[in-house]
Amino acid sequence: MAFLKVNHLKVYYPVRGGFFRRIVDYVKAVDDISFELRQGETYGLVGESGCGKTTTGRTIIGLIKATAGEIVLEGTDLTKLSRRQFYPYRKDIQMIFQDPYSSLNPRKRVLDIVAEPIRNFEKLSPQEEKRKVQYFIERVGLNPESIYKYPHEFSGGQRQRIGIARALTLNPKLIIADEPVSALDVSVQAQVLNFMKEIQEEFQLTYLFISHDLGIIRHMCDRIGIMYRGRFVEEGTCEEIFRNPQHIYTKRLLSAIPNADPRQRRQQFHLREEVEREYKQSYHRYFDDDGRVYPLKKISETHSVAIP
Amino acid sequence: MLKFILRRIMMMIPQLFILSVLVFLLAKAMPGDALTGQLASNPKIDAQTLEEMKEKLGLNDPVHVQYARWMKNLLQGDLGISYIHKQPVNDLLAGRMWNTILLSAAILILTYMIAIPLGIVSGRWTDSWADKLIVGYSYVSFATPLFIFALIMLFIFGFKLGWFPTGGSVDIQVEKGTFAYYLSKLNHLLLPALSGALINTVGTIQYLRSEIIDTKVKDFVKTARAKGVPESSIYWRHILRNSFLPIAAFLGYEITGLIGGSIFLESIFSYPGIGQLFLQSILQRDYSVVTALVMISGLATLIGTLLSDIILSAVDPRIRIE
Amino acid sequence: MTGKPILEIDHLRVSFRIQDQYYAAVDDVSLTVNEDEVVAIVGESGCGKSALALAVMGLHPPQKTKLEGSIIFKGTNLLSLSTSQLNKIRGKDIGMIFQDPLTALNPLMTIGRQIEESMDYHMKLSSMEKRQRTLELLKRVGIPNPEKTYHRYPHELSGGMRQRVVIAIAIACEPSLIIADEPTTALDVTIQAQIMGLLKELQQQMKTGIILITHDLGVVAEMADRVAVMYAGEIVELADVETLFHHPLHPYTRSLLHSIPSAQTRKEKLHVIQGIVPSLQKMPRTGCRFQSRISWIDESKHEPNPILREVEPGHWVRCTCYQHFYFPHDHIGDVGYGIS
Ligand SMILES: Nc1ncnc2c1ncn2[C@@H]1O[C@H](COP(=O)(O)OP(=O)(O)OP(=O)(O)O)[C@@H](O)[C@H]1O
Ligand SMILES: Nc1ncnc2c1ncn2[C@@H]1O[C@H](COP(=O)(O)OP(=O)(O)OP(=O)(O)O)[C@@H](O)[C@H]1O
Ligand SMILES: [Mg+2]
Ligand SMILES: [Mg+2]
Repeated sequence: MAFLKVNHLKVYYPVRGGFFRRIVDYVKAVDDISFELRQGETYGLVGESGCGKTTTGRTIIGLIKATAGEIVLEGTDLTKLSRRQFYPYRKDIQMIFQDPYSSLNPRKRVLDIVAEPIRNFEKLSPQEEKRKVQYFIERVGLNPESIYKYPHEFSGGQRQRIGIARALTLNPKLIIADEPVSALDVSVQAQVLNFMKEIQEEFQLTYLFISHDLGIIRHMCDRIGIMYRGRFVEEGTCEEIFRNPQHIYTKRLLSAIPNADPRQRRQQFHLREEVEREYKQSYHRYFDDDGRVYPLKKISETHSVAIP
Repeated sequence: MLKFILRRIMMMIPQLFILSVLVFLLAKAMPGDALTGQLASNPKIDAQTLEEMKEKLGLNDPVHVQYARWMKNLLQGDLGISYIHKQPVNDLLAGRMWNTILLSAAILILTYMIAIPLGIVSGRWTDSWADKLIVGYSYVSFATPLFIFALIMLFIFGFKLGWFPTGGSVDIQVEKGTFAYYLSKLNHLLLPALSGALINTVGTIQYLRSEIIDTKVKDFVKTARAKGVPESSIYWRHILRNSFLPIAAFLGYEITGLIGGSIFLESIFSYPGIGQLFLQSILQRDYSVVTALVMISGLATLIGTLLSDIILSAVDPRIRIE
Repeated sequence: MTGKPILEIDHLRVSFRIQDQYYAAVDDVSLTVNEDEVVAIVGESGCGKSALALAVMGLHPPQKTKLEGSIIFKGTNLLSLSTSQLNKIRGKDIGMIFQDPLTALNPLMTIGRQIEESMDYHMKLSSMEKRQRTLELLKRVGIPNPEKTYHRYPHELSGGMRQRVVIAIAIACEPSLIIADEPTTALDVTIQAQIMGLLKELQQQMKTGIILITHDLGVVAEMADRVAVMYAGEIVELADVETLFHHPLHPYTRSLLHSIPSAQTRKEKLHVIQGIVPSLQKMPRTGCRFQSRISWIDESKHEPNPILREVEPGHWVRCTCYQHFYFPHDHIGDVGYGIS
């Protein structure tokens, strides 16, 4: 059985205008998506910026109300729960936020920031709490002494690791990682990714992993969903997506991955141009008249593509 | 937006209802009633007459019937009759209400006139001597209770120096409506307003100061500097606008505070407003006046918070009013 | 070679005051950026890249920061200018793209106003022209629907869209030097490619020099002409991009290139550099700063006072330890400190 099942999820943001700020329009940030996560797997969510990845994540942890659809966690539909009923699930689902700085309260010390979820859900003595915080701070590669500092005293990457440490303290079952390492240099990035894998095995964690970096997605994920304008264009195993991409948007995405070999600049450039040409030519085969993505269609047991 | 305001006003109704029940019950539970006061001033009334009067006033009816009657009158704008002043509460309040509104508005304006420049100076040039002076001032005024400060002001500027009148809201000699009349009103207003404002500014100064200190290290301020925006515009356009948000949010509570403050100020400066009346009425057990005043201040508080929300939503696009 | 130098950073030291003591976050860095050239700066997070960029822009708070050395931009030392003199240069001749797009925009101003603001001070345009230009800029950075976006507020845009707005602000007045601090971390690869293309285009059309700070070595490989590798406030290696990727010398550079996830690393542990960077206060100020991270290399292989040395024309390396460096076999994936 699926651990988390998202069924026909829609999230629309109202757009307001005029003096009285009336709703004049809606942004269809997430427009009918369905996918499922199995216990212990890493599911990658990739897509152009603004396609609704963060919105999807925030809706799953209950920060945004779903406009329609279901989010079923181990048999319970979270969208139907009241705030109070949702509370126990908050512990099970944690999010590592995209934005390292504004999600950290500038007036609080790292100790208090990281301990906040512990204080909400567990009762620990100050010593135990401090030990636990230091343990996680150290595991994300920060100096354990730094728990008495404030967020502004850290570099961008260091701040992100504080956010990761905070998400881990409650031993959640599902972690939604929204660009968890995009602010980190490759070595620290490697360290955090190794660490995420390590604890995944240890605690049977499930990850919803949102990233722009397809190198990281390929390294981390078992299955991948590609999003475009609030909808899925393709879904499949890591192999299928990287070896056998079907949708033109997926191809375009893969061709845009920067190549870490300066000698291949030219080839890469030509490849990109070619895909771009194909994209323009075959646009109408992949998108309907309103520019919308078609519904997903299964082409194998695990691989689905949005084609008419 | 309009819908929001209407909904908020609808939401006030149950809040005011609960307040009214509480106030009414409390007034009833107090020892003595409207007649006790009269009895004290006129001990010759015999038991028979007293009982008749009680019956006439409905004081023998069950509590809920009394409440319903009081509520009905209240909704029709009739606040009852003061048994001390022997006149309708409406008439009693009419003049005083304006005085209090005038005093509160004057305090509010003076508060912001003092607090905003000081807060800005203090926040912009942190740790300068000006900042230290301002922080010092706010510590002192934080530690000084309002009524003591008001008494000192009254003593120095009213009695010793004689710069300001020491009581009332206007000279009796001047004719209503003339220029001299308004001038005299202003003259009577100034000392109590200034006393209130000088104490009241502390919160706002400290708030603004810490808000500016927080905002000026924000990333978007760096972005603005990187555009080559001159320092003065950085402050006006970027830092201050963002720092004023919490001040605007605070306005509602500020108004609540003013109502409390007016009790002291008006009593000390013998300024005929509703604060002074409130204190007198409590002392004299004039409950119809007390209940009316509590209801009015409750309403003012609710309107104040609504006002805050409206201002906030007008200046902060992130706040959605639904 | 590329054109004449537009920015010459010479022995720059940026120190932060922490409890009445100054600690250098950027230590004795010299770097030249030529016209029409992209110089990438890579390095561990916290190594002082942003501190360097902010120093060039004059954005460090003077009460808390000490700047030493010189930063010569087109013949003037930026460090000797007053704020109002600096304001004539920043935004106009030097544009900066900030690291964190989510906080880099004023939450109370519309997108359109924020872009126009820099034109207010550096260009003589009517408000119609400004608007027109802003819409063009928005289109240029790949924002669909510029007219709508013009009137929207930052919180209504996704991270990637905000980043593009920040880029539009930086290039609004066509500066001759762009400092891009992680310009594409929040962007998906297709838009990243588009932004890279845009920066390249600017560079070619207007001979713009670009300082590109990034963690993404793929972006460096595609964009940069030269690369400076920083570690703990110092430049440890400086070379042209091909040499750096195909013939890296310094142990830090080599470890970094080793950590990139690739198709081959799937399901494996990634290479991690042992240990952690000491905090500013604890940083050893003598000897090779990388020494503690490669403890298996004998101490005697390090220089007592390592300097940046030109080992081949245009290829600079700090310390002699690179001659003796090797990867230990059991080292892959070791986080490096005791975990129970
Ligand atoms: N509070 C909001 N009000 C209105 N529109 C919003 C709001 N938040 C997001 N949006 C819009 O919803 C869409 C999806 O945004 P979201 O943040 O989920 O994108 P994303 O996939 O995470 O992008 P990125 O990779 O750039 O972070 C965007 O078009 C954005 O402009
Ligand atoms: N205002 C400050 N006060 C004290 N220390 C600071 C301050 N700003 C930065 N630092 C410290 O200076 C060092 C360099 O920081 P900087 O922001 O330049 O790093 P960075 O190389 O840009 O890192 P990242 O890649 O994570 O953004 C870090 O150790 C950081 O903790
Ligand atoms: Mg996002
Ligand atoms: Mg940085």
